[in-house]
Amino acid sequence: MNASAARGAGPQLKHAAGFGQTVRNSLTMAYRGLLKIRHTPEQWFDITLQPILFTLMFTYILGGAISGDVIQYLPVIVPGMIVQTVITASIVTGVQLREDMEKGVFDRFKSLPIARIAPLAGALMADTVRYAVATVLTFTIGYLIGYRPEGGLAHVAVAGTIVIACAWSVSWIFAFFGVIARSASGVQGISMMVLLPLTFASNAFVPVHTMPIWLQKFVHLNPISHLVTAVRDLANAGTFSWDLAISLTGAAVIVAVFAPLTVHAYMRRT
Amino acid sequence: MDHPFITAMPNSGWAVEARGLVKAYGGHRAVNGVDLRVRTGTIYSVLGPNGAGKTTTMRMLATLLRPDAGSARIFGYDAVKQPHIVRQLIAVTGQYASVDESLTAYENLILFARLLGLGRAAARRRAAELLEQFGLTEAANRSLKQYSGGMRRRLDLAASLIVQSPLIFLDEPTTGLDPHTRAKMWDMIRSLVKTGSTVLLTTQYLEEADQLADRIAVMDRGQVVAEGTADELKTSVGTSSLQLRVLHARDIADARHIVEHVLQVQSHLTAESGKITAPMKNADQLADLLIAFRTRGIPLVEISVQKPTLDEVFMSIIGHRAAQDAPPESERSNGAREGTNG
Repeated sequence: MNASAARGAGPQLKHAAGFGQTVRNSLTMAYRGLLKIRHTPEQWFDITLQPILFTLMFTYILGGAISGDVIQYLPVIVPGMIVQTVITASIVTGVQLREDMEKGVFDRFKSLPIARIAPLAGALMADTVRYAVATVLTFTIGYLIGYRPEGGLAHVAVAGTIVIACAWSVSWIFAFFGVIARSASGVQGISMMVLLPLTFASNAFVPVHTMPIWLQKFVHLNPISHLVTAVRDLANAGTFSWDLAISLTGAAVIVAVFAPLTVHAYMRRT
Repeated sequence: MDHPFITAMPNSGWAVEARGLVKAYGGHRAVNGVDLRVRTGTIYSVLGPNGAGKTTTMRMLATLLRPDAGSARIFGYDAVKQPHIVRQLIAVTGQYASVDESLTAYENLILFARLLGLGRAAARRRAAELLEQFGLTEAANRSLKQYSGGMRRRLDLAASLIVQSPLIFLDEPTTGLDPHTRAKMWDMIRSLVKTGSTVLLTTQYLEEADQLADRIAVMDRGQVVAEGTADELKTSVGTSSLQLRVLHARDIADARHIVEHVLQVQSHLTAESGKITAPMKNADQLADLLIAFRTRGIPLVEISVQKPTLDEVFMSIIGHRAAQDAPPESERSNGAREGTNG
């Protein structure tokens, strides 16, 4: 213990964490996030079982009705399912952040001389691993039941990365709810209420022309539709479409708006 | 063993200087104007019943809570204006496990060591050392959900000692521990001060404050109601303490009346044992008392004069305050005072 007693020697005292320390602390907190994911397999449900089950159900139950036969439906449903699953998984970021902030361990984080943003930044970083798992798993299950994306593996990889990036952007929204909400279940409730209509009232699962006109208007405006289209164009045809530009711009706008809001609210609460 | 941090402090005399700390929740003032001064290199205990404001006070000193009014300085640095500096000088062990319940003990220690700036290898080495020192090596890779309360407390303290901070806050460090583990915890706390740290701990246990602390602040309802060394506090209630028990319970009220009349002080009744206690300025008064009991014909089981315990200090301070606040009619009933300690 005596070897470490030198901590806090006067000349080394710093007024704030520097940039290098902020990055190091955030990476350490991301490592914690990964350990948590490993230790709580019950939280894997939404990124493992759910995409598998939903892809199989939608494909075999609705595939024939929507696209004539199951194989025809796969290029429609697999990209749609990936976007739906990964975007929905980003809710967990907010819920877990809220749960975390209520726990005793958060007191210790707050009392340590670390960058104050690190627990938030680390949580957001660690969750990209969850999105990656969901993306790879959904593509794999699609492949196993006969989906052969014409764009090739490279374009599929790009598409997957874009979905993960967009989900990361969206997770800032839920992180904001997480920071300002009173309870974790409240975050879950609000977030699901926002996301469920957004993901279903889109082109993710069914052709848009089968919907009433007023709904079609909404679907065309819905950012989820643009992302789904962008992923389809990439994976099925290997083309970079306008929808991709729109999706990435939208993601950037979300981060530009919600990152400062979340950080501000988070700093006030901690 | 040298301690460079002590000489480097701008104000080396005081580890903690708090003035007029206030924290209100809604209309309720959980902490209502607390002053505390803790000398560097000592153990200071904040003693009080549940809800006295001990934890809230500690959280304000440890930069976890912003005071509504007043100031707190840690080694001369302002806890509100210079929190990052203060955090480099303190370690906090909360009342509820301030470790990550979803990780193992080993992972917790690695996590906090890395956050404190230790390299990978150093973090692993330090974690192993601490697990060994706190007898957790065998359980190192077990989930914390399987840990007993005592094991969690030990891990919690270990996490506060990854690097030894100049000032260590311990919020009720031994609550819920068995006597053996408690004694071990006390030894560890003492050794922390020997190796150069200052310790501020809260406790509900008078014995703990008596055993460990160089100075004690007694808190009740958000205020410091008494402050001093254990001996000073004991002296404040009288140089000696009378303890007596009567044979028949029906005589208790009469007996207390006689005691209060002869000694001109307030007496206290320990409800469970039926023991009457009262501060005595002068042991010679015992003769007068015995005569008074003989005259009234009240038979005694036991009577003795002792140095007062911290328990009595506590009872007399907190008991008086409860009596002051209670409506007059309940003041006359015997049990009322003892019942309002919580």
